[in-house]
Amino acid sequence: MSAPLILASVLLTSLSGGAALALRRRPEVGQRFATALLVTGALLGIAGALIALGGPTPSLAFRWSTPGGALSIRVDALSALFLLPILGVPALGSVYGLGYWPQATRGASSIRLQIYFGLVTGAMALVCVSANAILFLAAWEVMALAGFLLVLTEHERPDVQRAAFVYLAAAHVGNLALFALFALLGRLAGSFEFAAMAGLPAGAAASGWIFALALCGFGLKAGLVPLHFWLPGAHAAAPSHVSALMSGVLLKTGIYGILRVTGFFDAPPPAWGATLLAAGAASAVLGVGFALAQHDLKRLLAYHSVENIGIIAMGAGLALLGRTYAQPALVVLGFSGAVLHVVNHATFKGLLFLGAGAVHHATGTREIDHLGGLSRAMPVTAALFLVGATAISGLPPLNGFASEWLVYLGAMQATLAPAASPLQLALIAVPALALVGGLAAACFAKVFGAVFLGHARSGHVAHAHEPPPAMIAPMGVLAAVCVLIGLLPVAVLPALSAAAAEWARLPPDVVTDLAAGGVRSAARISGVAATLLLAVGAVLLWRRARLRGPQPAAPTWGCGFARPTARMQYTGSSFADSLVLRFGWVFFPKTRVVIPAGPFPRHASFDSSVPDTVLDVVIVPAAGRGARFAERVRAHFIGRVQFQALLVVLGLLTLLGWYAVW
Amino acid sequence: MRAPLDLVLVLVVLVDFFLLASSRPKTGIRAVAVQGALLAALPVLLAGNGLHAVHVVALAAGALVVKAIAIPLLMNWATRESAPHRELAPIVGYASTLFFGAVGAAVAFTWTSDLPLPIPGRHPMLVPTAITTAWTGLLLLMTRRKAVTQVLGFLVLENGVFVFGQLLADLMPVMVEAGVLLDLLAAVFVMGLVMFDLQRAFSSLDTSRLTTLKD
Amino acid sequence: MTLALLQIVAFLLGAPLLPGVIGRVKAVFAGRTGPPLLQPWRDLLRLAGKGAVFSRTTTWIFRAGPAVALAATLAAGLLVPLGAPAALVRFGGDFVLFAYLLGLGRFATVLAALDTGSSFEGMGAAREATYSAVAEPALFLGLVSLARSTRALDLSHMLGLQLQPVWWTDGPALLLVAVSVFVVALAENARVPVDDPSTHLELTMIHEVMVLDHSGPDLALIQYGAALKLYLFGALVVRLSLGALAQEPWLAFAAFLGGQVLFAIAIGVVESTMARLRLLRVPQLLIGASALSAFALVLLLR
Repeated sequence: MSAPLILASVLLTSLSGGAALALRRRPEVGQRFATALLVTGALLGIAGALIALGGPTPSLAFRWSTPGGALSIRVDALSALFLLPILGVPALGSVYGLGYWPQATRGASSIRLQIYFGLVTGAMALVCVSANAILFLAAWEVMALAGFLLVLTEHERPDVQRAAFVYLAAAHVGNLALFALFALLGRLAGSFEFAAMAGLPAGAAASGWIFALALCGFGLKAGLVPLHFWLPGAHAAAPSHVSALMSGVLLKTGIYGILRVTGFFDAPPPAWGATLLAAGAASAVLGVGFALAQHDLKRLLAYHSVENIGIIAMGAGLALLGRTYAQPALVVLGFSGAVLHVVNHATFKGLLFLGAGAVHHATGTREIDHLGGLSRAMPVTAALFLVGATAISGLPPLNGFASEWLVYLGAMQATLAPAASPLQLALIAVPALALVGGLAAACFAKVFGAVFLGHARSGHVAHAHEPPPAMIAPMGVLAAVCVLIGLLPVAVLPALSAAAAEWARLPPDVVTDLAAGGVRSAARISGVAATLLLAVGAVLLWRRARLRGPQPAAPTWGCGFARPTARMQYTGSSFADSLVLRFGWVFFPKTRVVIPAGPFPRHASFDSSVPDTVLDVVIVPAAGRGARFAERVRAHFIGRVQFQALLVVLGLLTLLGWYAVW
Repeated sequence: MRAPLDLVLVLVVLVDFFLLASSRPKTGIRAVAVQGALLAALPVLLAGNGLHAVHVVALAAGALVVKAIAIPLLMNWATRESAPHRELAPIVGYASTLFFGAVGAAVAFTWTSDLPLPIPGRHPMLVPTAITTAWTGLLLLMTRRKAVTQVLGFLVLENGVFVFGQLLADLMPVMVEAGVLLDLLAAVFVMGLVMFDLQRAFSSLDTSRLTTLKD
Repeated sequence: MTLALLQIVAFLLGAPLLPGVIGRVKAVFAGRTGPPLLQPWRDLLRLAGKGAVFSRTTTWIFRAGPAVALAATLAAGLLVPLGAPAALVRFGGDFVLFAYLLGLGRFATVLAALDTGSSFEGMGAAREATYSAVAEPALFLGLVSLARSTRALDLSHMLGLQLQPVWWTDGPALLLVAVSVFVVALAENARVPVDDPSTHLELTMIHEVMVLDHSGPDLALIQYGAALKLYLFGALVVRLSLGALAQEPWLAFAAFLGGQVLFAIAIGVVESTMARLRLLRVPQLLIGASALSAFALVLLLR
């Protein structure tokens, strides 16, 4: 029943942009119709996924003339869980687009955007349900290209062009790795069907290569450090609802891929889980470090995606370690934490990007240090953004806490391991998570404080206003999901542990005991969260009773200084400075200072930025040097016919030699 | 007999951490004196069934006098003249050296049990403590600028060697005693000369000035 | 059950006495008589009866901040064994919720400080956020060491009778953890050597400067919340270093209360004999605390 629903959803969402094109003479109707199509498709898909979660695993297969390919789809629990955010966030994003990128005023760019937006949604859904490597790769390619075209929405801006081409290059390097990966997998399993690949022994020589390729190809899509370099630029350059889609769910296809491929193997070697755990810890710490150093709101949020992908990878690494050392508790907790964080990050990062879009919409700037005091002009946006900020910092009673708690608990299982067991290395996850939690809270205090609180720092804020309801409503829905999962993590735990059992091929009865324990703990978390809310309410009531009547108002106490101005406020950069200092070993900040000179200095300025260490410090200079070298080589040698002929001969000889040896 | 020994060894490592984080030469000298006193307790605590009672007492008393009293006094006297109250900014920050020190300790305590040592282990924490202390000394030597703290680094390195020497104390007690004490004296003399020269040439104890010397 | 409730009553009523004890110890060191032990309670009641002045810059965030901070600390109190054998609520991994609830309170306080638009309060907020982020790994490493030594994942067992035999087998490691948690307690509660609660120069303050603009009942909420937080960290330190002391629950409860007084006296002694560190050195102190608990964990894992 549910497989046709999902197939219909893939088709509807992919083609939804066509409506905007067909009705381009009546832009408003066209956009509404396209949005309605996409939302309907997404709802069908979500319904299908929910049915699949509750019942037996549905699958469908059609013949396809491509060699090795078949149009086969299969919706197991892992796919279904990923489908929920992958369809939900784009649906809300397209509704947001009605107000944010209206076809009536944006014209052709809006039509293009809707076509690719629908296409990328359908492709992501197809990636998650395809049960054939060729189909998977085809969907993956469509997804990457549509993503590139989405980033390029404002193609006239040079920074957008640069970001989009870096994205395209990174995506294709990743695709190359995936082609190699599935070629190897196909040879190992003898078929390109995923069903044939399940249960492969991890001892085979090729399996190490398969894992390395998966880590490169899927890690590039997910944005694990140091493969994250394309991400901040691309996510900052795209329109906000596209950033929400990319940061919220497009990255997660990388995680899906890693989980899917590692799920094929029985008893993965310890190096797999350890590598994933270490890469996750590095991504989480460095991601939040880079985020702290940013002053562009959307770049900052993009770096936080690197951090959250790191947390997810840590959970996945723990689950893999659990399978290696036959620890079902570790598998269930790590996997549940990772997958729940996938869902959670999609909701709160979507919410935050949509909020950032609302801020950009209202003020025309993304510079954090030019904003301030927006919570008076945009109280609803501020409140919703605050929900997202609290959730992403992992603070209770919101959903970020639930998933981070699961990952913590997974890592803590290592304390129960016998002495001198290598599993104990998993404990590294605990201080890493603690550090990341503290840094993320500091970073979002910086963002929320500098953007929404205090005084306005520049004229941008003067005409700020609340966005239209079409933009508020999607944020409201996402915030509600954050609160619901946070208050009632019990509701999602059984589905997660069932999915973990299916992924690791554990016997269900092992998992039921664990899940029951998890449910009991989660119920207590809900209890404490309810107490917290009650206590907040009670204290607020007491306070209101005490402060009856109007209270005197005064300017902020300036510690004796009589003429404070808004420019004297602590900026976001100064707030984060002492933490950014701690990352001096990996940051290469650029500062430009014009020092005031003379008795009546006219002009002085200070400007600093922290470029991405991987992209701007390593790749771009290296690529430039490579290009110059190639240029010189071409000028000297390759321009001559004789040399080209020599190259052809050498190539032939090498090939012949290759055949002779093998 | 295990618990006090554990405590002494843990405290030796703690002094290592403290040295990595401390920025004043004065407190550093005091910490090295404390470490010396702790080390002096080691031979007594490790002494087995009284085979070498004389040597044990000699080693302990010698270490106490030299490491905990004489050298710190000498260093205090040497630094009093120039009185550099505060170490210059280290080449690598305090937090980073502390981090590397902690990583070194973790590695030493996790993996030294796999080391193929020719001598039977006397206490499971002896070798890791020795390695951690020596590593701390090397870190201090590598990252600090002032000659005083470099001497401190050298002393800590020597302390690490002394702990390691405890493994051999049963087999060749005299050698251990003589070697350890002589080494230390040589070190102090050499470093004392360096400090004296620096002081005379630049009226400062910053070793980075040495690089400006030409032959 | 009565004991479980009694520990909450002692928590709610007794927490403000800890700052009183600290004040008395500092007075004794300075050769003064000092304020009576109940002075913090009197201050709280006096503040609660006053009106409040609000800055024109502030919004609802400023008004909600103290309430959220206090409520979060209260909720965290449900998870810590405060003298009785077990906390009111316990489950595997409750220490994560405990630490993050305190984090929520801090987040609310920091945002309320930023809401005033004052550069001084921004400065204090930045410092609070920085130091707590560095303190978090130290606290968690300490808790992991406890979990490892007791083979339990809930605070009630991690700090319960199981701890006693561990003191005999792995005493040095537990001592390191205790020192590390004590340092974290000093940092989280804005005491010397991290922050000087009685200084008068706004530029050097951390916690006090964040709450400059709060007045009346809001200030009472903040001070009460701070006292509760001190009591919670005191509970961690006391249960960790004394264990449960006695099998007999009532005796253990009395010992716990005595331990809390000792904890306050220890803080008073530290405040009287040490100077505040330079702000740049504070992260080093906290990283040192992390190094201690990490070393303890390595010792325990062997």
